[in-house]
Amino acid sequence: MSAVIDIQDLWVEARSSGGSFQPIVEGVTVSVYPGEVVALIGESGSGKTTTALSAMAYSKPGCRIVGGSITLNGRDLLKLDQEERRQLRGREAAYVAQSAAAAFNPAIRVGDQVIESTAIHQLMPRDDALREAVKLYQRLDLPDPERLSSRYPHQVSGGQLQRLMAAMAMSSSPALLILDEPTTALDVTTQISVLSAFKDLIRGQNTAAIYVTHDLAVVAQIADRIVVMQNGKVMEAGATEQIISRPENAYTQTLMAAVRPPPKSISVEGEGSDQTDDETIVSVDSITAGYGRTETKIVLQDVSVAVPRGKVVGVIGESGCGKSTLARVIAGLLPQRSGEIYHHGQALPHVARRRTRSVLKNIQIVFQMPDVAINPRHRVREILGRPLDLFIGLSASARESRIDELLELVELPTSYKTRLPGELSGGEKQRINLARALAAEPEVILCDEVTSALDTVVGKAIIDLLKKLQANLGVAYLFISHDLSTVASFADHVVVLYAGRVVEQGPLASVLAPPFHPYTRLLLNSVPELRTDWLDGVVASKAHLDHLGQAVDSSKVGCPFFNRCAVAVNDVCNRRDVPLRQMAQGHTVACHLELDALRE
Amino acid sequence: MSAASQVPSGADLKTRFTPSLIIGLVIVGFWLLVALFGPALAPHLESDIVTDMSYAPAGEVGLLGSDYLGRDVFSRLLYGARMTMGLALLVTLLSFSLGVILGFIAAISGRWIDGLMSRINDALMAFPSIILALIVMSALGTSLMIMIATVAIIDSTRVFRLSRALAMDISVMDFVDVARSRGESLWWITVREILPNTLAPLAAEFGIRFTFAILFISALSFLGLGVQPPAADWGVMVKENLQGLLFGSAAALMPAASVASLTVGVNLIVDWFLSRLGGDVSQELMN
Ligand SMILES: Nc1ncnc2c1ncn2[C@@H]1O[C@H](COP(=O)(O)OP(=O)(O)O)[C@@H](O)[C@H]1O
Ligand code: SF4
Ligand SMILES: [Mg+2]
Repeated sequence: MSAVIDIQDLWVEARSSGGSFQPIVEGVTVSVYPGEVVALIGESGSGKTTTALSAMAYSKPGCRIVGGSITLNGRDLLKLDQEERRQLRGREAAYVAQSAAAAFNPAIRVGDQVIESTAIHQLMPRDDALREAVKLYQRLDLPDPERLSSRYPHQVSGGQLQRLMAAMAMSSSPALLILDEPTTALDVTTQISVLSAFKDLIRGQNTAAIYVTHDLAVVAQIADRIVVMQNGKVMEAGATEQIISRPENAYTQTLMAAVRPPPKSISVEGEGSDQTDDETIVSVDSITAGYGRTETKIVLQDVSVAVPRGKVVGVIGESGCGKSTLARVIAGLLPQRSGEIYHHGQALPHVARRRTRSVLKNIQIVFQMPDVAINPRHRVREILGRPLDLFIGLSASARESRIDELLELVELPTSYKTRLPGELSGGEKQRINLARALAAEPEVILCDEVTSALDTVVGKAIIDLLKKLQANLGVAYLFISHDLSTVASFADHVVVLYAGRVVEQGPLASVLAPPFHPYTRLLLNSVPELRTDWLDGVVASKAHLDHLGQAVDSSKVGCPFFNRCAVAVNDVCNRRDVPLRQMAQGHTVACHLELDALRE
Repeated sequence: MSAASQVPSGADLKTRFTPSLIIGLVIVGFWLLVALFGPALAPHLESDIVTDMSYAPAGEVGLLGSDYLGRDVFSRLLYGARMTMGLALLVTLLSFSLGVILGFIAAISGRWIDGLMSRINDALMAFPSIILALIVMSALGTSLMIMIATVAIIDSTRVFRLSRALAMDISVMDFVDVARSRGESLWWITVREILPNTLAPLAAEFGIRFTFAILFISALSFLGLGVQPPAADWGVMVKENLQGLLFGSAAALMPAASVASLTVGVNLIVDWFLSRLGGDVSQELMN
């Protein structure tokens, strides 16, 4: 059996800022056989993506392949012309990128984009392709598969888009699939089904796959072999089991050492102090909100959350559960249908423009995607200066030095003032976003997945920065994330959201320890562990196999988690309103089960 | 791979000069100079009859011969450059102001207003431009003012459609929400957040509409509805001297070639602009 893709002694150069070419990939050799998954792991900048892209004869702008050979299905890619390469992309080799949002055209319905490559290469009639797409949606665990095709990208949540992108790549049954951090932005529960869907599809269609990631726990589940890269060179290559249990190279060993323990095993000191003593800055009370004019699309139902001064309230839940919607409602971007938002006990107008300047100043929002959250045409000075002008009002020189201070606060050089966002990295953009929020000197910052679009190292630096700012400035956060580990490392109080409803909330220590809401338990059990058999074990266990595949059901009767709950009681959970159970101080769980049952 | 990193920075622009861009710039620059200084340098006035010989061959009378009335073709070509390009520029500026303002209003206002404006626009676009112009101008008369207004309004329907779509795309971006959450006014959001991000595609569209206006005005002049004699316009010149083709005179060919070269030049620049706008790694890979 011959390799689908065979990369030998690959050398790639990139133009540096000085204009000269520097090697970024140096003599990398990788080959992948049918039905096999080879993972490329390393930090950002280690050349993983560059190597993976070269497998479809693509080099990023400013890069060039200068040496080696790349053989796909027996053909030397470097000898093909532009047109032949284009022919092969999407058909023989497909690519799933990390950031789905940037890959979708906002003006075209998702269905047409998913079947795009099938249409371009004229592989099957449009209607057949759309029917196939619906099957892929089901395998990838996407909600409402029948109608999904007719939505526009901005009507679909980020995690759903990511899976749509996988559907896009799979639609033409390619021989080689390149996955570039495809689950980094996904929820843990989704990650399991996406990973196992990828695994099944790859095995089933005998596809060869290159899997690029920095997440070792994920790699352990899906890869047959691992290639560890650093600074453009291969540090170590071998079978997954060997790399994970007996890494030989020193760098691999440091990587293994840096893996974050799953939140299950984090023990938080149960401090008795509860938030009730602290002054509440912002609270929402029984909010119901949704999109569209009619009652058809209710996203949040009866949600109440309070953010005390200087504290971190983590909001956790899977993509599409309404986390961003909650932030948007609080920020006055989406008027709620019912319920109130309070700022120091005062009910706020629903729309930002009607709120007083001091309210606007004290509630700031930072969005998930650093690339689209700042205007690409505004310089850093203008981005940071605007909130200063609006909310603080400074003389020209004071304004200038305040901008310097803000940049220093987020640990960026003051020379960045004159830069455009295009001249900043993702992590730097996110720091600018944060600095913009800080410029208003707010009491609370709504952080919507601020680290999700960043790689772990950069994301961790942002979290550290948030902690520091919290300690020094006393600012509170509503910290929204789908990543339980991140929330667990940071929050004082956790709100678990499911299908737009709060299913559990309480101090971090109480939420992470039994008794659990069944959904919280599922979340905790879904964080990948660094064992090669973890995924298979989880998928094999009844709890996941039977229920995880189910789409989120947002019917209004009974418990929203009913169709995925492993311990559901038929005729009770799906019919009767869910009672709110008071556990310990400030800890509530919405479930029909008794305390003892939840404790198991 | 992100949307924002696609926006070319200043340094980027400089390094990507292509030969076709340079050719385009040279052609357009040349015609701009002619439009500015040509009439001052022309040996005769546009209406001067310099010979009693119709269709005198090039070289014998003036540089390019004479037209059907014995006027100097070279001089008229220089005057025509100013008239044709000036009119086209005026029309395009008008159609852009109108189209962009209405397009943005439609994009940021509610469903009802947007729906109404878009339907009216669709209705206008459903007519072939030249027929619509003919109807309007035969009803209202053939003054220069009416022609300018008619062409500008017809042209603005295209601009409306583009700018509405661009503004819609941008108004769902997070940075616009950030501005809303600061309580910014609609004016600020439109002018400071949305407009700057539409400038590059609008600039490309400006070039396209400019050439369209040249051709449109020339066509109207050719039909006798545009610029009125004795004023020189390239379209008028083609019309007047069509007969001369039978005698081997270049009096009709020269203005036609001028229109063609200017159109090609502008389009080379536009193509360069458009090529600078496209391209996202992941999209390219997926196709
Ligand atoms: N502009 C919109 N129009 C219609 N539906 C939307 C819109 N934005 C989000 N939704 C839907 O609302 C639900 C919640 O979305 P969101 O709050 O973004 O979830 P999260 O942030 O938790 O991933 C999803 O089902 C999503 O598809
Ligand atoms: S109420 Fe029933 S279905 Fe819902 S979480 Fe509790 S046990 Fe499961
Ligand atoms: Mg979200």
